[in-house]
Amino acid sequence: MAQSLFDKIWDAHEVAEGLLYVDLHLVHEVTSPQAFESLRMAGRKLRRPDRTLATADHNVPTDGSTAAAQIRDRLSRVQVETLERNCAEFGVPVYSLGSARQGIVHVIGPELGVTQPGMTIVCGDSHTSTHGAFGALAFGIGTSEVEHVLATQTLQGRKPRSMRILYEGELGYGVTAKDLILGTIGRIGVDGGIGHVIEYAGAPIERLSMEGRMTICNMTIEGGGRAGMVAPDDTTFEWVEGREAAPDPLPLDEWRALRSDDGASFDREVTIDASELSPQVTWGTTPGMVTDVTSAVPEPRAEGDERALEYMALEPGTPMQEIRLDRVFIGSCTNSRIGDLREAAEVVRGRRVAPSVDAMVVPGSQQVKAQAEAEGLHDVFRAAGFDWRSAGCSMCLGMNPDIAAPGERVASTSNRNFEGRQGRGARSHLVSPKMAAAAAIEGHFVDIREWV
Amino acid sequence: MRAVGVIEGGVSVLDRADVDTDQIIPKQFLKRVERSGFGEFLFYDWAKQPGWDLPPNPILATGRNFGAGSSREHAPWALEDYGFEAIVAPSFADIFYSNCTKIALLPVVLAEDEVRAVMAAGRASIDLAAQEVSWAGGSAAFEIDAETKRRLMGGLDDIGVTLQQADAIERYEAERERAGPVTTSLA
Repeated sequence: MAQSLFDKIWDAHEVAEGLLYVDLHLVHEVTSPQAFESLRMAGRKLRRPDRTLATADHNVPTDGSTAAAQIRDRLSRVQVETLERNCAEFGVPVYSLGSARQGIVHVIGPELGVTQPGMTIVCGDSHTSTHGAFGALAFGIGTSEVEHVLATQTLQGRKPRSMRILYEGELGYGVTAKDLILGTIGRIGVDGGIGHVIEYAGAPIERLSMEGRMTICNMTIEGGGRAGMVAPDDTTFEWVEGREAAPDPLPLDEWRALRSDDGASFDREVTIDASELSPQVTWGTTPGMVTDVTSAVPEPRAEGDERALEYMALEPGTPMQEIRLDRVFIGSCTNSRIGDLREAAEVVRGRRVAPSVDAMVVPGSQQVKAQAEAEGLHDVFRAAGFDWRSAGCSMCLGMNPDIAAPGERVASTSNRNFEGRQGRGARSHLVSPKMAAAAAIEGHFVDIREWV
Repeated sequence: MRAVGVIEGGVSVLDRADVDTDQIIPKQFLKRVERSGFGEFLFYDWAKQPGWDLPPNPILATGRNFGAGSSREHAPWALEDYGFEAIVAPSFADIFYSNCTKIALLPVVLAEDEVRAVMAAGRASIDLAAQEVSWAGGSAAFEIDAETKRRLMGGLDDIGVTLQQADAIERYEAERERAGPVTTSLA
């Protein structure tokens, strides 16, 4: 019987009905302390430290601190130190502050090559869906499930339903993977993917870089999807080959079989014409409240729109390109990889950030930072007036010193424009790295297609 | 885990859709390393706004896609610590739903008009065994995965349940486990 990529991976990992084996468990400091503590209290051991990997990302300052002891915020420091202690006690490799491998958990997994096609990958973080870009089944879990995986290397649960989003046409000039996924969420809604594992397919996806595919899978959760995935191909294999944890040689016959068979059935299919998409900008407080940069702030239609407009201090009818910005944040597990930074650097090269804007670039990992510096990108950003930071989640979620002030308006390459997400009272607009870079220069949103 | 049977009592109403876990428990409270004491920070910013009224009843009735966004289990911990034992909504975000079932906070999916009726009634009774919600003037059946229901009703420890299948896990590892990657051998 014809099987989907999702069916194949699920079947290969089903230990028993309703019990799924986990190939890789990624751990970070925020959602793991209670899990380790419960494990300890119950006298249980960690089943597979060799399938577990930890890093510190959410809480870490991006000021170049090289040890947990340097974190000024006491609670953050305790959380990172607790992670280090738990990992030492249970034998889990941990890349904390000071490690050349430290970084956002969804950046370092692929970068080290521990993220590979056909795997099941979980982490106590909703953006674990990112790893699906490699043809893995990857999804976020809560702390009780983190504990369950630590103890048993499995997860309980029914098989989710399946969805395929098929893209046709071609992405226009200046329209990126970020615009594709924002436009998709705008169409299916922030609850459109609930209960489903989504496979992204079609020529526009096949033409994307791994960075672009990671951006798309990353934001699956913002459309309610359980996991997002892309069938691996030569782009994938070239990306994985030679990385530290990658197999040598790559098992290409096995990996090439990881695709949905002709005639595979999905519980739901959606088709989107990629050529219809313009650069996207969110105007509200969910990622689904999004529109074309050439458009205007819409009239409130759905429930919650009025409250969102009030929070965002926006008047319906205001052209998106007239929205003035206080801050620009380029970073997060959505858009902080070397490809993202190169795109942004091309836009800012030889230009200056608007005087009214405070702009920052936060590489997703220490390795991305080192690579960018080897290419001189840090000089490009600094010369333009951007603050060049060290790796971490930074202003994506405001758990560390990088936060926006109440009322400040931020153009952000991150994934969530929820109320207060980037700082209490802060107003977030989600955009692509190119759009964020251009907005930093002009002090307001611009249509990157006309501007470049 | 506490066993779930019949949950009966007042209904608190939060008539909003797409309530995300950043609102339920803002990030500054995620820095704690304990599991308890999150209830006082529930809806920390919204609770300061005029007109906010969310008494700690046994039942919370709310809009679709409740618990969207971050996987933080701190959100169910805060709701449970505040006093809620069940949440009734037209739909839940997947991770949030799963997290609730791990701490005996019962997520109940009803049709939108049924949720409205529960909101209007102000009191309801939720019978997990019968998979039925009833209120003055009406009742509705709800779906729940049979295994999840068994664990909730028995107050079972999930890990304990899975470890009863330790032989199957060992067999899987011996016969079918993927070859790598091995995180502990990264130089």
